[in-house]
Amino acid sequence: MAVDTQQAEPAGSGKPASTSEPVVIEAIGIEKAFRLPTHRVDSLKERLTAFTRQDFRMLHALRGVSFEIRRGEFFGIVGRNGSGKSTLLKILASIYAADAGTVRMAGRLAPFIELGVGFNPELTARENVELNGVMMGLSRRDARNRLGAVLEFAELEEFVDMKLKNYSSGMLVRLAFSVMIQSDAEILLIDEVLAVGDAAFQQKCADVFHEIRDSDRTVVFVTHDMGAVEHYCHRAMLINDGDVKVIGDPGEVARSYLRLNFEQAPSSSDADDDSPSLADVTLADAWLEKADGSRATTLETGSEMRFGATLEAHRDVEGPSFGFMLTNADGVDVAGFGLELSEGIPDRLRAGQRVRISGVVENRLTPGRYVVKCWIYRNHNYANLILHSPHVLDFVVFGEGAPGIVSLDHEVTAALEDQ
Amino acid sequence: MSAEPATLELTEVRGPSAVGGGAHRFFELLWLISVTEFKKTFFGTVLGYVWSLVRPLMLFAILLLVFTQIFKLGSAVAHYPVLLLFNIVLFGFFQEGTGGAVSSVLAQEGIVRKTQFPRLVIPLSVVLTALFTLGLNMIVVVVFLFAFGVDPMWTWLLLPVILAPLLILTSALAMLLSALNVRFRDVAIIWVVAATALNYGTPIIYPLEIVPTRLAHLLMVNPLTPIFQQAHIWIIDPQAQSVLSMAGGWLPLIGAAIIYLTVCILGVWVFNREAPRIAEQL
Repeated sequence: MAVDTQQAEPAGSGKPASTSEPVVIEAIGIEKAFRLPTHRVDSLKERLTAFTRQDFRMLHALRGVSFEIRRGEFFGIVGRNGSGKSTLLKILASIYAADAGTVRMAGRLAPFIELGVGFNPELTARENVELNGVMMGLSRRDARNRLGAVLEFAELEEFVDMKLKNYSSGMLVRLAFSVMIQSDAEILLIDEVLAVGDAAFQQKCADVFHEIRDSDRTVVFVTHDMGAVEHYCHRAMLINDGDVKVIGDPGEVARSYLRLNFEQAPSSSDADDDSPSLADVTLADAWLEKADGSRATTLETGSEMRFGATLEAHRDVEGPSFGFMLTNADGVDVAGFGLELSEGIPDRLRAGQRVRISGVVENRLTPGRYVVKCWIYRNHNYANLILHSPHVLDFVVFGEGAPGIVSLDHEVTAALEDQ
Repeated sequence: MSAEPATLELTEVRGPSAVGGGAHRFFELLWLISVTEFKKTFFGTVLGYVWSLVRPLMLFAILLLVFTQIFKLGSAVAHYPVLLLFNIVLFGFFQEGTGGAVSSVLAQEGIVRKTQFPRLVIPLSVVLTALFTLGLNMIVVVVFLFAFGVDPMWTWLLLPVILAPLLILTSALAMLLSALNVRFRDVAIIWVVAATALNYGTPIIYPLEIVPTRLAHLLMVNPLTPIFQQAHIWIIDPQAQSVLSMAGGWLPLIGAAIIYLTVCILGVWVFNREAPRIAEQL
């Protein structure tokens, strides 16, 4: 997601909406389960023959979720894919019916959860804006009156009578965002919409979001982007497996999310998949340690990072060299280090021998996701590659954001020059 | 603002439904979608409305040729050509309304899954669009009525009395079919066959008067038959046989009424039942 990360100062934390504001959304014990047929029944014949079998499993998307949102809050909902957050949003929007529990609301709700839904490509912008307005619950006259403001914000006045199918995707998204923002709904439900338009329009959207977060309008915002959560939200909620895990300060929720996301992810330290089956050397284990020696998959920026790996030789390897590389999420190699077997050990590995590599690395990485790659060479010669593992392990660095790919110690001063 | 009490009245959110979101919004949406859909069909191409007329008129021309020159049906009733055209236009409405509605909910997947949208608007807007088309086509029918020398009758004013039950039946079927088609995707295919069967099971290309008596009684069980026969009497030929005499008694008409009511109740009931779950089943 392309939220402007240049605005590094997280404005989200530390300014919760006043608790004296009235509650506008109240959810109590919401449950929702989906029947997932293992074999989908789509036709009558299949239905008739499938009566005897009960081929489905229940997917519990939400298991009793309760929360309250007060007027004027910018409320973030985060969670991994399949955690139930979008289902929750759809229940709030009356798109799905909850199996149990109640949702109560005060105020007019924008009935969209995604940008551009309901746009008809065969119609012009004028007709679509009117249609969208009516969907929002406006009368046709009010919807027409709104046209000017919508087009002005979207900067699309010249294209009012062009059919949407001739719009570029950027223009479409601008129109959609504008329609949503210019509605007079008091409660907005937004599912991942920030990555819209070009840089200038993004800035405009960011401004609008700031404006909304400081206004009386209430926003429920589902996203994967922890930067956006910390940036915009007054409060946030982490959902995992249909349960509320954390609710409160967006910074804390974001950190919990990152921890959860990478601790529960299927362990990628098992690099067997990447190694050739007849490898002379395989990676038996690789891990990251915190300063206290416990294994970790998330690290706070600035904390000490200990790194370990166990390699097993299946044949004799003369003169092994090991190379490691840290690569960030954009694929940029951030830092690399290489080593050979230390003194006192013969410069070779015998079949069946294991070698343990460990080290301490200064953690100057900026927040984000990193992957460790590994190479092993024979005879200290880069031409004799015997193992290349592009994904030994991955980890996430969290903490205060800073621009760039590393944060360097700095001592910078400024002084007026004497004339 | 600080003077305001810290509580607001909360209303329970009941989830998706057939008509959710208020009656005003429902009708505004229904109207707007039908009108835009209508405009799209008829003003999207250069010749627009002309094209929409070409189809029924071509069909009319072919059938007229076949049934007056080959089968000589025309002589059995007065003003056969204009009766044929009127029937084609009337059945065209039924077919467009039901046939278009079957897959309408599926086709509007994006709207159904991503917005709180009164689901009933979707099939009903198809029917309303078909009704607009019918209105336009009726102009042509009137032109032909005069062209073929049918004298104006006060019973022409009773057209709405014929259209109302047809509209209700079409809407009920539209609801039933569109809701069922979400669960069973082959409903659309079955309906194509069923609509063709109805096309021949209703006196459209043939006048009911030439049908063997016993078969005519049977055809009267089809709820469309009494509607079309009454239309024949009121619009084209007051001397045509009355519905009751063609049915040979009340029994077939009671059968038709039962089928009619069953379809209507089933349509409303099934759609209402399915509406909250449609988004999940797409």
